Amino acid sequence: MRPILMKGHERPLTFLRYNRDGDLLFSCAKDHTPTVWYADNGDRLGTYRGHNGAVWTCDVSRDSARLITASADQTAKLWEVSTGKELFSFRFDAPARSVEFAIGDALAVITTDNFMDHVPTVQVKHIAEDIDDQTDESALVITGIKGRINRAVWGPLNRTIITAGEDATIRIWDSETGQLLKESDKESGHQKTISSLSKSSDWSHFITGSLDKSAKLWDTRTLTLIKTYVTERPVNAVDISPTHDTVVLGGGQDAMNVTMTDRRAGKFEAKFYHKILQEEIGGVKGHFGPINALAFNPDGRSFSSGGEDGYVRLHHFDSDYFNIKMLFETQLVQFLGSDVAG
Amino acid sequence: MALAISMEGIEARARELGVDLSAVDLDSIALPAGEDFGILSDDEEVLHSEDPPELEMGLSNIIVVDNLPVVPPEKFDKLENVIRKIYSQIGVIKENGLWMPVNPETKKTYGYCFIEYNTPQEAELAREKTNGYKLDKSHIFAVNLLDDFEKYMKVPDTWTPAEIKPYTAGENLLKWLTDEKARDQFVIRAGTLTEVYWNDARKLAPELVFQKQYWTDSFIQWSPLGTYLATVHRQGSQVWGGENGFERLMRFAHPMLKMIDFSPGERYLVTYSSHEPSNPRDTHRVVLNIFDVRTGKVMRDFKGSADDYTTGGNIGVSGVSWPIFRWGGGKDDKYFARLGKNIISVYETNTFSLLDKKSLKVENVVDFSWSPTDPIISLFVPEMGGGNQPARVSLVQIPGKEELRQKNLFSVSDCKMYWQNSGEYLAVQVDRYTKTKKSTYTGFELFRIKERDIPIEVLELENKNDKIIAFAWEPKGHRFAIIHGDGPRPDVSFYTMRTANNTNRVSKLTTLKAKQANALYWSPAGRFVVLAGLKGFNGQLEFYNVDELETMATGEHFMATDIMWDPTGRYLATAVTSVHEMENGFQIWSFNGKHLYKVSKDHFYQFIWRPRPPSLLTPEKEEEISRNLKKYSKKYEQEDQDAYNQLSEQDRKRRTQLQEEWDSWVAKWKQMHEEERSYRMELRDGEASDEEEEYEAKEVEVEEVVDVCQEVLAFDLDQE
Repeated sequence: MRPILMKGHERPLTFLRYNRDGDLLFSCAKDHTPTVWYADNGDRLGTYRGHNGAVWTCDVSRDSARLITASADQTAKLWEVSTGKELFSFRFDAPARSVEFAIGDALAVITTDNFMDHVPTVQVKHIAEDIDDQTDESALVITGIKGRINRAVWGPLNRTIITAGEDATIRIWDSETGQLLKESDKESGHQKTISSLSKSSDWSHFITGSLDKSAKLWDTRTLTLIKTYVTERPVNAVDISPTHDTVVLGGGQDAMNVTMTDRRAGKFEAKFYHKILQEEIGGVKGHFGPINALAFNPDGRSFSSGGEDGYVRLHHFDSDYFNIKMLFETQLVQFLGSDVAG
Repeated sequence: MALAISMEGIEARARELGVDLSAVDLDSIALPAGEDFGILSDDEEVLHSEDPPELEMGLSNIIVVDNLPVVPPEKFDKLENVIRKIYSQIGVIKENGLWMPVNPETKKTYGYCFIEYNTPQEAELAREKTNGYKLDKSHIFAVNLLDDFEKYMKVPDTWTPAEIKPYTAGENLLKWLTDEKARDQFVIRAGTLTEVYWNDARKLAPELVFQKQYWTDSFIQWSPLGTYLATVHRQGSQVWGGENGFERLMRFAHPMLKMIDFSPGERYLVTYSSHEPSNPRDTHRVVLNIFDVRTGKVMRDFKGSADDYTTGGNIGVSGVSWPIFRWGGGKDDKYFARLGKNIISVYETNTFSLLDKKSLKVENVVDFSWSPTDPIISLFVPEMGGGNQPARVSLVQIPGKEELRQKNLFSVSDCKMYWQNSGEYLAVQVDRYTKTKKSTYTGFELFRIKERDIPIEVLELENKNDKIIAFAWEPKGHRFAIIHGDGPRPDVSFYTMRTANNTNRVSKLTTLKAKQANALYWSPAGRFVVLAGLKGFNGQLEFYNVDELETMATGEHFMATDIMWDPTGRYLATAVTSVHEMENGFQIWSFNGKHLYKVSKDHFYQFIWRPRPPSLLTPEKEEEISRNLKKYSKKYEQEDQDAYNQLSEQDRKRRTQLQEEWDSWVAKWKQMHEEERSYRMELRDGEASDEEEEYEAKEVEVEEVVDVCQEVLAFDLDQE
């Protein structure tokens, strides 16, 4: 599993997103230029120029035609993927943090930070099919969350919005009325800032990573805690394998505390856990700084990680990896078999 | 404390009442006088009244000075001045803190006065220093703490014989040794929790024995034979143990306790505290108590200025080298000694007084250490008089104080002494200056204590420039290991004090080149050693068999800070303590380097194996067992196998169960997902939902006309 090192950003990576086909990888960084890469060989395909601040997250439409990015320059921008043309810019009065297209790509949820006098908000925007009809108006604004909202994503059938952030609480909101439907339990939930949130490919469950050194798996509908993965370092990024029962956790010490002596000292490793058994399977080292972003390719055969060191590392799983997992699973199958026999 | 109302609560209440909070200026609201709604103001005044500055100190800072001259009013001032002069040298007398009462009839003083100091420590010091002070022939001061008067008053006037308590059998303090599976215990401290576990290597997990929140204020310590667990508190120390886990066995009062130390036979406990002077001119005072562990009685106390106790040795906690008292003479706890200026004071525990009533005079002595088994002191005197007087190492027999052996050493810069744990050998590591005096090189002087006349051998490294990074004797053995080297990857050499043809010469067994190691950890049973690369090497471990001279295994515990063998030499614990922010926790390894299990704990402070008393088996019996090991081990192998099977059975069940739970959960969801399919399609304008959809990759060539332009080219028709 020799990684492909993708050097195109000058500042720490913030977010990675594959398109649905898994042939393109979009990366966001604290430099102002989101970049698109070939997901197979890591060649750089193009950049999206126009932001004037760190870009925190992005999302790509189902047909890979449009890209939406949220930036600290207090805008979220719509781009044409193929040409890099800026189509529209949503203006806010605070930095935009998180963005996601809904099913059907006709809606997008965008969060803004608490900034100066402004409280953090979750806003829903209509995305017009014809860009000339696009407006800046919000269909819904949710307020009342304290602390920065690091991620806001759509629930099943666009009926709910799930938010997570600095106050360590996960909340489910009605996407029509903006009413709070559910809140994660304080006891069993995260104890510190939730840094990342990622849904399973079928949206039935999602994983959250937190600075409390753990990641947790939740039911998207009921917000019941299903699994907890405990690690030794703050978790900055998480993702769920679309094809295997694996989750990946990445993180490390805060950049300000990172030792200069050894790159392993901060444990900048992407760690793989068995999703069901909650056991650590293995790890992939390589970054020189904390891992800020992780994404599985939708085909489950590769993943990429983005670090504070400004690199994106693209890893294709080699056969060994699959074999280990196969063994693991056949072992399980054997257990099941013997149980029946016994 | 303050009744906390969250901002959300206030907002909710405001909404209920229909008050727009943003329109209310909170500062403009005036509460009715005297009403605070149960919420304490955070004004300084109020806060302070709750925790008054140290006003009420009791009466422990007041002394009573008796046997003063009885003087008429004319001489009152003069006497007062004299007293003030004497007592203000010792500490700060409080304002109006000197009171000499006067008999209203005779107008003369009563012949006593009260003096109030700022601190009880000063009062205590004043009592100590001036009790018995001779002002003149007929006036010898009798000084007492005011507090003590009460105590003396309570003493009954008639003597009644002490009641003899009937003997009650103590409980079996060694119960833990009778564990069926002969497991070892360890104690860990993480966060506010202190826990004692069995190391159950067969189950690959620790088994909890006892746990307690806030068990200790600073640290915990086992007694050397493992009988007691000592906790340290502001008020003193406590020891815990017994048949039924951990019950309090004894308390040892010692205010502001800082450090403790057990005697090797765990009969005595030395406690230590140091007290900052309230007056900067005064010296730091230290108080040491030696308790009998079983009765809890103070056997002897030592008080003095910190300077008296900081001579020599390695500088430890707050400037004192700990332990101040070093115990000698093996497990009998017969002697303890302390290094002073030009002296070594040896005390004996029969009387708790100086041996022969005087200290051992050694000019310029800087370090000493006891043989671990015999009452022999080795001491080191550095070079004096600019090299005219050589440095020397001597061995002194106690109680006779005769010198057994002496060795003079030249151009010495530093010297360290390493005793082998059964007292057979002493290695003295000597750093000498080279001829230019610019650098040093290291050699070893090896003493064979148990042989006639104590022969000394000199060992020098092949490469003289090598720095010695670590030295360690094989416990109960005749070998030692040295890590030495100049570069970043040092070498490790093994030597033996015995040679095959019994010539009794030290000889080298092997040298391992370029190792990532800077610390040596011999198994307590000898034979195996762990070469560890701590700090800069990030926790590299190499398990080495010195009998076979081969590496058994290598491992890594990333960022490991501490390494400890269990007392039997079967398991090794490696730990990352809270000196690092991350990775806190410990791992357990088998003696041959197999990683067994790992436990993560945040804020991990201490890991200590519970020591075991020495085996009661005779050496012959031990040898017999090791000869017939196969026979004995059969039984245990079966047990091990059973335990393993049970474990894998449990594991299998657990996994199966987890998988089943997951599967049923997923099935439920799949159904729901299926039901929602049509809605999703609708949301996507009729496009099939993607998860279920099978799609083929088609290559589509798209041609885009980028530009069309027409250009007229000049074409020369008149060409040939």
